Amino acid sequence: MPKIIEIRTSPHLKRAVSVDRIMRTVVLALLPIAAFAVWQFGLSVLLLLLTTTGAAVATEWFFARASGRGNTVADWSAVITGLLLGLTLPPGFPLWMAAVAAFVGIALGKALFGGLGYNVMNPALVGRAFVQAAFPVAITTWTPAFAPGRFAELIPSTLTLPFMQPIPVADWIAGLNMDGWSGATPLAMQKFQHIETPITETFTGLIAGSAGETSALLILICGLWLAWQRMLDWRIPASVMAGAALTALPFWLMDPSLYPSPWFVLCSGGLMLAAWFMASDMVASPVTARGVIIYGLFIGVLTVVIRLFGGLVEGVMYAILLGNAIGPLISDWTQPRVYGSVKGKQPPAH
Amino acid sequence: MKHQTAVLDSQRVPETGRSSLMKRLDQGLLRFFHGHKTFDHGIYPIEHKELTADKPIRRMPFADELVIPLLQHKGRPAIPLVKVGQEVVRGEPIAQADHFVSVPMHAPATGVIRAIGLAPTAEGPKTPAIFLKVYHAASQQVLYDMERDPERMSVKEIIQAVQDAGLVGLGGGAFPSHVKMHPPAGRVIHTLVVNGCECEPYLTCDHRIMLEQTDALIRGILIALKATRAERAIIGVEDNKLDAVAHLRARIARHLPITAEAVETKYPQGAEKMLIKSLLDLEVPAGGLPADVGVAVFNVGTLAQMGDLLPKSRGLIERVVTVSGPAVKNPGNFVVPIGTPVRFLLEQVGLKGPLGQVILGGPMMGMAVASLDVPVTKSVSGVVALEPEHPSLARRQVYPCIKCGECLNACPISLNPSMLGELALAREYGTMAEQFNLDQCFECGCCAYVCPSNIPLTQYFRIAKSINRDAKTRHEQHLDATKRH
Repeated sequence: MPKIIEIRTSPHLKRAVSVDRIMRTVVLALLPIAAFAVWQFGLSVLLLLLTTTGAAVATEWFFARASGRGNTVADWSAVITGLLLGLTLPPGFPLWMAAVAAFVGIALGKALFGGLGYNVMNPALVGRAFVQAAFPVAITTWTPAFAPGRFAELIPSTLTLPFMQPIPVADWIAGLNMDGWSGATPLAMQKFQHIETPITETFTGLIAGSAGETSALLILICGLWLAWQRMLDWRIPASVMAGAALTALPFWLMDPSLYPSPWFVLCSGGLMLAAWFMASDMVASPVTARGVIIYGLFIGVLTVVIRLFGGLVEGVMYAILLGNAIGPLISDWTQPRVYGSVKGKQPPAH
Repeated sequence: MKHQTAVLDSQRVPETGRSSLMKRLDQGLLRFFHGHKTFDHGIYPIEHKELTADKPIRRMPFADELVIPLLQHKGRPAIPLVKVGQEVVRGEPIAQADHFVSVPMHAPATGVIRAIGLAPTAEGPKTPAIFLKVYHAASQQVLYDMERDPERMSVKEIIQAVQDAGLVGLGGGAFPSHVKMHPPAGRVIHTLVVNGCECEPYLTCDHRIMLEQTDALIRGILIALKATRAERAIIGVEDNKLDAVAHLRARIARHLPITAEAVETKYPQGAEKMLIKSLLDLEVPAGGLPADVGVAVFNVGTLAQMGDLLPKSRGLIERVVTVSGPAVKNPGNFVVPIGTPVRFLLEQVGLKGPLGQVILGGPMMGMAVASLDVPVTKSVSGVVALEPEHPSLARRQVYPCIKCGECLNACPISLNPSMLGELALAREYGTMAEQFNLDQCFECGCCAYVCPSNIPLTQYFRIAKSINRDAKTRHEQHLDATKRH
């Protein structure tokens, strides 16, 4: 018989799922989307993703050390932030601006609040919102997908020197001689010219747009896999999509030549990526079961309202940031009814 | 190193993901076709019941010395009736009940009282106990008995007899059974719920009791029906023991108001609040008792002992215990004399190698013992031994709460463990109780089990509750003191 035995408190069993494993799985689910983005837009996107991820991880490491929280890079959450941020940026986005976005996202969006678990908003979107305001031209400069020679050369704007305006890409695009390139994303074409890109193209993603948001199909597959692994709350993307589609439907029925169809709304722009991978950020979404549905619907509705009536072409980023902001409030409203208590009445104190 | 641990965990504790998919599918289909009743939320830990589920109950020999704590139940400790050096016969009362919420103790073996002193317990502090040196040469016959017919006894006589037998909740609750038979004034019991769920992993003693001590169990149910004046009894059994359900249904005579029903295999189905919800769709009011909704809940082991002991006027001197776990060589179900040290039990079943941790009860709510000298008491349903390398003993990094909401989806009484955990960190213990129903928590451990951040939520809540209790006591003492002046 042994001399030393260990004592712990119950429960003595533990599910074999930990934060780092969840985060690693999310990274794994994002990799096919990242690979597709690189295949579609070339070397520039590879550098872009490496830059945002590297900058996010470095920033996380620095602030965790500076604030004495130890090495928090190992929880993999900074990798997700960097990767997601890169996927939401235009393919030719200057690398130095991308690094700024990643730095701001982690520093202001996460470290300021106390790191993982305490951030109010999705750090990747905080970073993107910052560069959207700071560099409005660069973030709306789109380049064509499947440009010839995309693995041999970089998009000229990619290597813009730090603190410089991005190198114009119009001449470079003209030099590519690509047929049918209008210089606009499907979202912009729909909004300003009322030309709806066919569903086959937006769904499969063989279109222009931000690096990783183009293929609704691929995002759907990766998201469903993550939900099946029980590392993503399927109710969030489902309610975001439901909220967006249901808001778009009546307008489309009124005037299909002016307003986008619900499926176009779902498959265009960043909605699919945002619904599956950003709105579903565990930390920044409500914790209650009913809360996440309200939160998802709110984001979906707001996205479409901004798209249809706002000055912006895409509204999903601000919709999620606003959803994040009211998330704690939604959690408060939707506290579960405790067993044995009457609805709306607290159990008697004793 | 951490990565290695994770791989190890996923291999050895396949509780999510693909490895358990088939099992989950099986259970899902079962539920779909049979529609077994259940409650909201809860978890599905791996059961490990196959280690002992088909092991018939065998008798454990007597240890050299038995240690009988005077407080093995909820309430006041029993008062010793014996002196050091006195010889006692198996079954003889050795301690008497102290008022109503207390039960007597009986000698589990023929022998001599060696000492009355302090003994270690699983809870931690040493408590007064009677040390009984066993006469191995004695025949160990129970001589203290007298045949009687519970049918002819009045309700009052039955309740007294149940107390005299020293019966307490053998499922782990250890609440004196006769107190439960005596509902608070103004409450009428309509249904007797017989708890055969045994939702804790590893434990199979109740399963074996339902299979092997069926007649005693039915006798016990009839006695309890009479004492509580309930109209009917429902035996709730988790659907991983459908053989027990079928066996019970075959043995219960048609005219009896007793039914056996399968409920979903889900932890903590065996918690009385959960089982009442599953079987009757009633909710015990917060801070209330099952009697408030007209229900009394008894464990199958308790009623089997009642059915066996009452007609003979005997006392509770032994119980069925599952001795199992990955560190045990020959796991099984055993009739163990009350007071047998855990060390003796483990010696009898043999160990595969070094011991990591020994748990009294099941691994979800049981207590790890600090010493192998801790005795088996009336409420110990299992002894689970883990080896040192067991994944549940691996040191885990604690991360901040990532608000994933898993704990909210696991909590069977729909608390918000995530919020409670944050409040505990902020030492807002009062707020936890006043606004977030901390006192409703019965420490089932589901939240800590699912938490991916490895936050010891259940332990936080235990500490918070005990701090609140202390604060309340201090407050009352303060009030008393000011009144006096």
